[in-house]
Amino acid sequence: MRIPRYTTQKIAFGIITAAAVGVVIPLVLVIAYIVVQGIGAISWEFISAMPRNGMREGGILPALVGTIWLTIGTALTSIPLGVGGGIYLSEYAPDNSLTRTIRLAIINLAGVPSVVYGLFGLGLFVIFLRFGMSILAGSLTLGIMTLPVIISTTEQALRAVPQSFRVVNASLGGTTWQGIRKVTLRQALPGIMTGIILGLERAAGETAPILFTVAAFFLPRLPHSAFDQTMALPYHLFVISTQVPGMPIQIQYGTALVLLAFVLTMNLLATLIRRYYRRRRQW
Amino acid sequence: MPKKTRDLNWREFFIEQLIRVMGVSAIALVLLIFLFLVREGVPGLFEVPLSNLLGQRWYPTFGIYGFLPLILGSLLVTIGAIALSLPLGLAAAIFMREIAPNSVREVLKPSIEIIAGIPSVVIGFIGIQVVSPLVRQFSGAPTGLTALTGVLLLAYMALPTIISIAEDALDAIPDSYRHAAYALSATQWQTIWRVVLPAARPGIITAVMLGVGRAIGETMTVMMVTGNAARIPLGLDAFLRPVRTMTATIAAEMGEVARGSTHYHVLFVVGLALFVLTFVINLAAALSIFRERRGGGGRFLA
Repeated sequence: MRIPRYTTQKIAFGIITAAAVGVVIPLVLVIAYIVVQGIGAISWEFISAMPRNGMREGGILPALVGTIWLTIGTALTSIPLGVGGGIYLSEYAPDNSLTRTIRLAIINLAGVPSVVYGLFGLGLFVIFLRFGMSILAGSLTLGIMTLPVIISTTEQALRAVPQSFRVVNASLGGTTWQGIRKVTLRQALPGIMTGIILGLERAAGETAPILFTVAAFFLPRLPHSAFDQTMALPYHLFVISTQVPGMPIQIQYGTALVLLAFVLTMNLLATLIRRYYRRRRQW
Repeated sequence: MPKKTRDLNWREFFIEQLIRVMGVSAIALVLLIFLFLVREGVPGLFEVPLSNLLGQRWYPTFGIYGFLPLILGSLLVTIGAIALSLPLGLAAAIFMREIAPNSVREVLKPSIEIIAGIPSVVIGFIGIQVVSPLVRQFSGAPTGLTALTGVLLLAYMALPTIISIAEDALDAIPDSYRHAAYALSATQWQTIWRVVLPAARPGIITAVMLGVGRAIGETMTVMMVTGNAARIPLGLDAFLRPVRTMTATIAAEMGEVARGSTHYHVLFVVGLALFVLTFVINLAAALSIFRERRGGGGRFLA
């Protein structure tokens, strides 16, 4: 007997809908679970005090500050180079084999495993350039890892600006660079910012690239300079959840919650920027 | 030529060159990464005989550096993860592009972006706290830190990549295909199954390959939940035993080796192998995109 085709459709759509719902449910569960388990640990002391008693008491201030510095360092490294690369690909690059090679290089940079970036940072910045394990070495490593995201979102944002804007600029006697600086870049800014924030979000949560380039197991003081080692939130969570016996569970969940909040705030910011400007866009 | 215009020309020229250098720097960086992996790794190839590297045991304390358990460990969790996330991710992509009303789509898209944004160490933490006790309970294995635990979590982490690229691939199929199928009185499901999906196949294959690249390179989650026993994962119960991947080996051991030791150099060789592996996978994925005539090419990088 043949199953009627509308019955097949109902079954198929049922399965597919269930699968799509099944993808989102763990997300909600994970976030809700970490919030419920971790909220009890959150206090002013938790985010403003040094860890004590082998990290089993006190706060996570040095890890939080370290992650903030690393995120700033990553931004300083990756934004100029990434936006520049995106401008080149969108506005200057001719359609030739060099450009195609650049695109392949970017795709491959995006696919290099994060731990391999860690090895690279160790080999180049820590050892060869003698930066030692430092915020500088960690930021540069994370910055290079973030680069492909920023390049490709910048390029897309610029490409989305209608060609007519460029034509008008040229017709008014503007040079290519004047057109980019005064017209295209401004129009594409929200898109570029969204990409930058999403890239930095990923960098802030990464552990593997900072393992051998900056992260300190336990260093209860704030960094003084770019050549200091520092603790960092993701590595701290790894340490207290796998390396320290007798770690109070609440501190672990509290740390996970702070890291998650840090990262998701950036995500939310990116979403809001995109929403706001999409509504206001004139093209 | 008036002075002002001449200044302008110089500035324009200077900026153009600067931007060109920035564009080309991506190529330089790939070469630089390769160079430094080789620089630190090659001594290892001279110090350890090839037969040792190809061996079946990884026991660095005794100078035994067989890659096989690590490679098979990486393959096991990667293949498991993709086998799980491909059907789920494809279904989610079909739901979002073909079935869901716009309002549902508006909720799903940012949710999937959030999944992509959860740090891998947080997923690993949840793996230790929640998933691994569940795995132990249901399987009866002596430990919850198994290949299966890694597979479950890796599958979840590969989902955002697979969903967004598969959705792009479906989106690139012109509506005229769908209308033509409806005109032949096909149902919506028949259209999806027999017209849209076959037409989107190259894009879906790209999605799979990039998902594989993502899973094989994932480090922290895998290191935290798979138990890290370097043994060859063969046999039916392989998924319920601890396993160790290439990435986890580097992350776990690099912190403890002496710089310049044989072990140190061999870990760079593992890194080099990973680099080459992901390079090949991404190159293949990229070429299939280029062949597709840039159907939103590069969008997946975001």
